[in-house]
Amino acid sequence: MSPRARSGAGKAGDADGMKVPEGRHMPEAERLTPPAWPGGRSAPPSGEFAVIGQRTRKVEGLAKVTGRAVYADDIQLPRMLHGKLLRSVHAHARILEIDASAALALPGVHAVITGRDLPTYYGIIPWTEDEQALCEEKARYVGDAIAAVAADSEYLAEEALRRIRVHYEVLPAVTSIEEALEHPERQVNEKAREGNVSKHVHLEFGDVEARLAAADETVEAEYWYEGSTHAPIEPHCAIGDFDATGFLTVISSTQVAHYLHRDLAKVLDLPTQRVRVIQPVVGGAFGGKSESFSLEFCAAKLSMLTGRPVKILYTREEVFYAHRGRHPMRLHYRTGMRKDGTLTGVDARIQIDGGAYSSFGLVTTYYSGQLLTAPYAMDAYRFDSTRVFTNKPCCGPKRGHGSVQPRVAFECQIVKLAERVGLDPIAVRRKNFIGANARTVNGMRVTSNGFLECLDAVERASDWRAKFRRLPYGRGLGVAGSMYISGTNYCIYPNEMPQSGVQLKLDRSGRATVFCGASDIGQGVDSVLALIVAEELGLDLRDIRVVAADTDLTPVDLGSYSSRETFMVGNACLDAARKLRDVIAAALAERWGCRADQVTLAKGVACSTRDPHKECMSVKDAFQAAEAKSGTLGSVGWYQTPKLGGDYRGGTIGASPAYSFTAHVAEVEGDPETGFVRVVKLWVAHDCGRALSPVAVEGQMEGSAYMGFAEALFEQHDFKPAAVGHGPGIHDGPSLLDYRIPTSLDTPEFESLIVESVDPEGPYGAKEAGEGPLHPSVPAIANAIYDALGIRCDRLPFHPPRVLGLLKEGDARARWEQARRQRDGVAVAAAR
Amino acid sequence: MERPAGRVCRLKVNGDVRECALEPHTTLLEALRYGLGLTGSKQGCDKGDCGACTVVVDGQPVLACISLALAFEGRAVTTVEGLARGATPHPLQDAFDVCGGAQCGFCTPGVLMSAWALLERNPRPTRAEIAQALSGNLCRCTGYTKIFEAVELAARRMAAVGESS
Repeated sequence: MSPRARSGAGKAGDADGMKVPEGRHMPEAERLTPPAWPGGRSAPPSGEFAVIGQRTRKVEGLAKVTGRAVYADDIQLPRMLHGKLLRSVHAHARILEIDASAALALPGVHAVITGRDLPTYYGIIPWTEDEQALCEEKARYVGDAIAAVAADSEYLAEEALRRIRVHYEVLPAVTSIEEALEHPERQVNEKAREGNVSKHVHLEFGDVEARLAAADETVEAEYWYEGSTHAPIEPHCAIGDFDATGFLTVISSTQVAHYLHRDLAKVLDLPTQRVRVIQPVVGGAFGGKSESFSLEFCAAKLSMLTGRPVKILYTREEVFYAHRGRHPMRLHYRTGMRKDGTLTGVDARIQIDGGAYSSFGLVTTYYSGQLLTAPYAMDAYRFDSTRVFTNKPCCGPKRGHGSVQPRVAFECQIVKLAERVGLDPIAVRRKNFIGANARTVNGMRVTSNGFLECLDAVERASDWRAKFRRLPYGRGLGVAGSMYISGTNYCIYPNEMPQSGVQLKLDRSGRATVFCGASDIGQGVDSVLALIVAEELGLDLRDIRVVAADTDLTPVDLGSYSSRETFMVGNACLDAARKLRDVIAAALAERWGCRADQVTLAKGVACSTRDPHKECMSVKDAFQAAEAKSGTLGSVGWYQTPKLGGDYRGGTIGASPAYSFTAHVAEVEGDPETGFVRVVKLWVAHDCGRALSPVAVEGQMEGSAYMGFAEALFEQHDFKPAAVGHGPGIHDGPSLLDYRIPTSLDTPEFESLIVESVDPEGPYGAKEAGEGPLHPSVPAIANAIYDALGIRCDRLPFHPPRVLGLLKEGDARARWEQARRQRDGVAVAAAR
Repeated sequence: MERPAGRVCRLKVNGDVRECALEPHTTLLEALRYGLGLTGSKQGCDKGDCGACTVVVDGQPVLACISLALAFEGRAVTTVEGLARGATPHPLQDAFDVCGGAQCGFCTPGVLMSAWALLERNPRPTRAEIAQALSGNLCRCTGYTKIFEAVELAARRMAAVGESS
């Protein structure tokens, strides 16, 4: 669909809290079209897959288990200094004066910088650049960075921080959505156009009120999604190294080397081509390292001032302040359903607590509505989302960015309605299935769709029919579904260049090196690159080196966010590998006098399908034959998405070349005496298109389900109100002990059920697996608690005080028994 | 700034006796990572909450980030670098690699040391015993399933080797 065409959307409007320049839409340049191959992208190159789909090891796996993998803090450079950041002790305060003379007088302290040294504003979204590396005028949350020092050691740097005197004028703070809206005069972020509104989006598709009026049953409810943080076990770490030629190298635990590269050049006022970003092995990220942070700018600036490398390693406490975690959201939903279970209309009003800065907030605000329109079809849909600024650490993209919170409301609403109309919660989901090759009400193109198979898989594996509404009081099952993007359709800054690039070099020894900007943060994209090269060229995985995420050595890939890597990097790599495969096949076809499509490369052997015993040689010899015929062997490959999305402002946000689908069933045990809920097991079925590496896909499914479970029952990124001795907005326990992360003893059993719908545009049919499988965890658990105890947990987390409070509120047991009577499909709607 | 006097101390790490200059406040983790270049042990919190720094001393898992190095003079410290026999990974390390027990890999050295200490005292642990032994090691990637499977696979393989030899 051309972006000029009418999408058929009803009225669509969008009001911005931030100033957005004209021309934010993509220029009308012709978009690159990725190459097509006979048999498509999903077909194996040589009849059947040799390494794809096998339970292979990860390329860097042995380095990690033997302690040889090098993370940012493992790197020590000669003459390296250590940097530390001074952080605000007030939630909201004007910075009147900073006196660093006592710090600078300390022997071994080499430099102190403040906001005046790095005044340029930056931000991951080009239209909302509202951050400075160090606050110049004002601190906006407890923990906001205001000065940085470089010293001979970390100890000395800490001592220097204690000697910096800051004179503040404390300002009234806002720490909740209500306060932010009630007190626009207490403006947190001056870049907001008005008051404390960070972004407002209102979009409507179809006639929502008419469709809700036509429903037989309507459910209206309010949900609260608590904030949570990523808490990767590796704290953020960066090393800046500015050399005598005026060249800056930054080694950072980032998941977006390319965006960091651009931001560093901008903020440090250096030509982009004189900046290099290297991402070493990263110890977990989950979205928490997907934009630039104070430490990268400060390490670089301190290196420029001292002429020595400077390392900054965040303390665990600082990681909680860097945050960019899950946005707290208040979600008000009205959902209508006909007696036969058909969804009619959905009306959502959403308030989002963004913290002090924008981060990805513009996208978050859109995602809170745009990613809800599948896997179910609906006649009409409206959402009105408002993100506000508060004096707290900035929220951003945590695994399942923006759509995990509304998904809870959406999936709980469906179960409530299913009970009203007397349908099984799985059956009602099947009934509303949008199907494959469909278009959503908000204009998103859905291609492959394995959601029904996901529902079948969890229904069967969990023994749903024998257990749902049939277990004794205190034990129950719940189901939920979801969809997620496989990458966004556009780069964060507007351009028409490929989203992912790969260079491939073959050596006559029979070895391959893949160069790609992709960011492996543990999910395994380095292995995806190696698997594809191995499959296409018949190589052993050990004979492939992956060089990744180094802006000097590798072509641009946009990085590890929005679940884009497998799909986009995979397609770029497939492109590069097929180009070289064609060169090799042409050389061998000429030698053997066969057709090029009769040449196969698999498991170290090149042969013809015509006479594989006579016409065969090692892959190494095949490389040499090709090199002798065509010259040195190398290729480039790239991927760019097709133009997608609805024809309205914001219609491209949420557009993706492919969507993954997930269904979960949770089984829980709830103690009505204590309110303690234990998740017994989570069955996770996920349509990842094709599992290139089943071990890695299962790992993503289990890790996602774990993280959702953790948010459902444990985690709370919470802040203290003002009290004697301190102001408001102090983090309520910025440590891995106080912030309650489930341990090995708390975590339930997971069963991963891989569904392969084979996407027509994914590499070998693959789609994402890293974020989608998080979404249904929370609503499946909420729905299971209802089946177990007869209470509706509409507020997170479902910890004992909350569960106990709900049990005391009304007659949970009577509701539970009423629901039980539905076992045989009897609607309670009439009896209500 | 007045600095307390340091001294040279002998640490026995992975079978080697290594000399290193320590200040009284130097933690075992700092001594290993920054003094001896053994960067396999990780710092995730620096306050004993996450377990990424776990090493084994006299058969017991120890949180190196909240242990003072001087207290370990003369005691046998094993880190993740000490598990392999030469270039051959320990069966636990190999099992973690095969099963996908390491995703980002940052908690892995600590998890491996806790698991190794467990298997040394209990070669055939139940899953509940594994979960108990690893409850001081936070993993944020795996949801623990593949870690449990890896420890179980290693235990089976080590038992099979033990029986055949």
